[in-house]
Amino acid sequence: MKTSAIIHSFWLQKVGRLMLTLALVATLAFTLVNLSPVDPVTAYLGMDRMQIGQEQEQLIVARWGLDKGPVERFFLWTGNALKGDLGRSMIFNEPVTEVIAKRFLTSLNLMACAWLLSGIFGFVLGVLSGLYKNSLLDRCIRLYAYTVASTPSFWMGMVLLAIFSVQLGITPISGAYPPGTTSADATMWQHLHHLLLPAATLSVIGIAQIALHTREKMIDAMNSNYALFAMAQGDSRFGVAVHQALRNIALPAITLQFASLGELFGGSVLAEQVFSYPGLGKATVDAGIRGDVPLLLGITLFSAIFVFGGNTVADLLYTKLDPRITNRSEPL
Amino acid sequence: MRAPSISLPRVAAVTPIPRLTNRTRAWLACLSCITFLVMLFVAAALLGRSGLDIDFLHRKLAPSLAYPFGTDWLGRDMLTRTVLGLCRSLAIGLLAAGCSSVISIVLGIMAGTMGRRVDSVLSLLIDTVMATPHLVLLILVSFACGGGPQGIIIAVAVSHWPRLARIIRAELLQLRESEFIHLSRKLGKTPSWIALHHLLPHLLPQFMIGLILMFPHAILHAAGLTFLGFGLTPHEPSIGMLLSESMRHLSTGYWWLAILPGLSLVFTVKLFDILGNNLRTLLDPRTAQE
Amino acid sequence: MLEIHNLSISFQRNRASFDRETLSVVSDISLSVQPGEIVALIGASGAGKSLVAHALLGLLPANATMSGEFIFKGKRLSPAGIQELRGREIALIPQSVTHLNPLTRVGKQVYRSARLSGRCADTAHTSCDRTFARYQLADTVKSMYPFQISRGMARRVLTATATAGNANLIIADEPTTGLDPEVSEQSLAHLKELATQGKGVVLITHDLENGVQIADTLVVLYEGMTVEITPARALEENDLIMHPYTRSLWQALPRNGFMSLPPTPSSSTLNRNGCLFAERCPQARPGCRQSAPSLRRVNHKLVRCNHVAG
Repeated sequence: MKTSAIIHSFWLQKVGRLMLTLALVATLAFTLVNLSPVDPVTAYLGMDRMQIGQEQEQLIVARWGLDKGPVERFFLWTGNALKGDLGRSMIFNEPVTEVIAKRFLTSLNLMACAWLLSGIFGFVLGVLSGLYKNSLLDRCIRLYAYTVASTPSFWMGMVLLAIFSVQLGITPISGAYPPGTTSADATMWQHLHHLLLPAATLSVIGIAQIALHTREKMIDAMNSNYALFAMAQGDSRFGVAVHQALRNIALPAITLQFASLGELFGGSVLAEQVFSYPGLGKATVDAGIRGDVPLLLGITLFSAIFVFGGNTVADLLYTKLDPRITNRSEPL
Repeated sequence: MRAPSISLPRVAAVTPIPRLTNRTRAWLACLSCITFLVMLFVAAALLGRSGLDIDFLHRKLAPSLAYPFGTDWLGRDMLTRTVLGLCRSLAIGLLAAGCSSVISIVLGIMAGTMGRRVDSVLSLLIDTVMATPHLVLLILVSFACGGGPQGIIIAVAVSHWPRLARIIRAELLQLRESEFIHLSRKLGKTPSWIALHHLLPHLLPQFMIGLILMFPHAILHAAGLTFLGFGLTPHEPSIGMLLSESMRHLSTGYWWLAILPGLSLVFTVKLFDILGNNLRTLLDPRTAQE
Repeated sequence: MLEIHNLSISFQRNRASFDRETLSVVSDISLSVQPGEIVALIGASGAGKSLVAHALLGLLPANATMSGEFIFKGKRLSPAGIQELRGREIALIPQSVTHLNPLTRVGKQVYRSARLSGRCADTAHTSCDRTFARYQLADTVKSMYPFQISRGMARRVLTATATAGNANLIIADEPTTGLDPEVSEQSLAHLKELATQGKGVVLITHDLENGVQIADTLVVLYEGMTVEITPARALEENDLIMHPYTRSLWQALPRNGFMSLPPTPSSSTLNRNGCLFAERCPQARPGCRQSAPSLRRVNHKLVRCNHVAG
């Protein structure tokens, strides 16, 4: 009974927090978008604006509700958003929700690959680096991690593109599937082939953070009392690392990986731009440049949910997997 | 029989490895940054703007002695463009980081001194800013400003302040409870005296280091935003713009258009990052004496 | 079983860019442990007790230099040799529950210790069960995490990890610190029991009372040096002459009236040429500051003082 009450309050708190965050983000985003001097009608029509009549323009303005005041529009938009209708994207001429759903699925492949790769490699490198502190290996890993931290991810993508796609011709130059086919036609292999470089770009950058974090935790763990005691029992440094330290540093690493979903999202925006990968990131840039306000707002809300989800999973993992927190209710 | 005693090599036998103290390191980093900046400005002055003239006889040349960074599709010297672009990126980064740290210190001090209500409102604001991915916020703000260089600067300034503001707030809250502030108050010192003699000396180093640490981030984010096509005009390109342009020529094999300007950006950012981190270790009492 | 002669430990520390300094922390410590004997290493914190324990286990940090002679069961050992022994022949009972992995169940940790001491999977399980039974730990304790067990239970678990293997020499680090009297009694009783079974026990403590209670031999350390090695019985007979430091420790015990010494001078101002204790010694004479005394035999003891006579 007691535990279920705790779980309930946890979720209630989380949902409340999400609602509050979304409301604030929506207000902030809507205010920002309304500050913009970019006229949506001009942005939509571009050069064609000269050719259409006053009447047609009025029609467009009325259809988008631009004739109403900003406050009125905000409540209209919020009301629709609560019903699940985020409006219509101007550049894709489709409901925003559909655009986001489609694009996100494409991005998801990319992000999931990069997330797993950076998590696994970053963790392994961090563990090795911390275990053999100040060795040549550690120095190399640190040099790599610190250098990558000052490298723009889009430039890293361009370097990989110049090497692997242009010079060596191993990987395709752009897109998520070969030109001339559709997503449904393309084979699994073709998808993977196109995913290779963008995912590598994202993970090369992502590895650094997790590796450095894990390294610190590993050094702490190896200097801890329990590691000392394990060594006094005759275990080797490597044995202590595997049997004692790993379980203590894995949880913070996984948590960090979930908590850094925002950076992953931002990285994917840049990587998708470099590789013309038709995901959500590319859509964000297009929406921003071409003034697609409904899509931009929709993506902002979605990204906030995405980041919030990551943080919630991180919290949840911490409370569920750490016995010190899970078993607190049964002291002896 | 002589007993094989347990003895490791004596100290004197170990050749001393030159180990720099943190203080020396920080000075070296500072010196490198200044040297680099001076060299950059001298290079910009020496190269002038003649390299920017369109020259169809020398188009798309690979790096050589005459053109160390090669030339672009209009025959412009990439070295000149990179140096000018770097200056521009640095200026944008500095401006953005400066604005951002001013925002941080104002909001940080407000949160730390004006009571719980202001504090919770500001912490809600921080949560909101942090709730979306950095880049999405950057795009939003830059859209709100209608693009242009000011859009980039405002976007970076608006999205980078929470970290430093939190540090300053925490520092202030800790200071407020410290013994020597209580004592000063009891001795009848005015709040402005306390602020000048006790708070400022504590906050200033935090602020400076926050600013220097923010600087490389600001450059990187400004470059990223420009690369995506927000902001700067092609007439006065920053490094992000250069890279965005060369993206179109990358697939035809003109690698030098992208690699070398990017590398110089990485170098610059790394240099200032090292400076910031060295200063931070120096300020941190736990690591200062190592 | 174990003999240590002239153990010295020093540390290197970087002071400035090219300047290194060597800190001598432990110098010239000698002790020997026989099977069934309890030897108490007694000293204030900073006297180098724990370093001696770490040296015995080969666990000194990388910037430490150690010299001296180890003889275990009649064989001289190198530092590599002593590392072979830890866990198998020499076991440690650490001070507190923080030495257990916070995220691993207690039973698994005792089992792991048994495995590391060289037992195969089957015998490790049986010896694990046996030690749990022996220290009255219920089976349910096995599935608990270290933060869930009480202090007394933690003591027994820690003792169990050291005895799940087959080590002949047990090092107990501060077995009574921070425990209430009942639990410390029990903790000491378990050590006594181990000695009765023929194991050698090195008891590391800052509390002379512990040593007098269960130890056979006391080794008193001051500022990283042995100042006295004496049979424990001798202390009860107060009239037997002993080192002024030992005497002051003895007089500082509650039952002897809490007589305390002036505070320790900081080690940087310590006069290394003369007797280290001279600054605080109630019986110091001018000569004490000029020449350092060496350990000499007086009756049945070894004392590092020029002014005690038999």
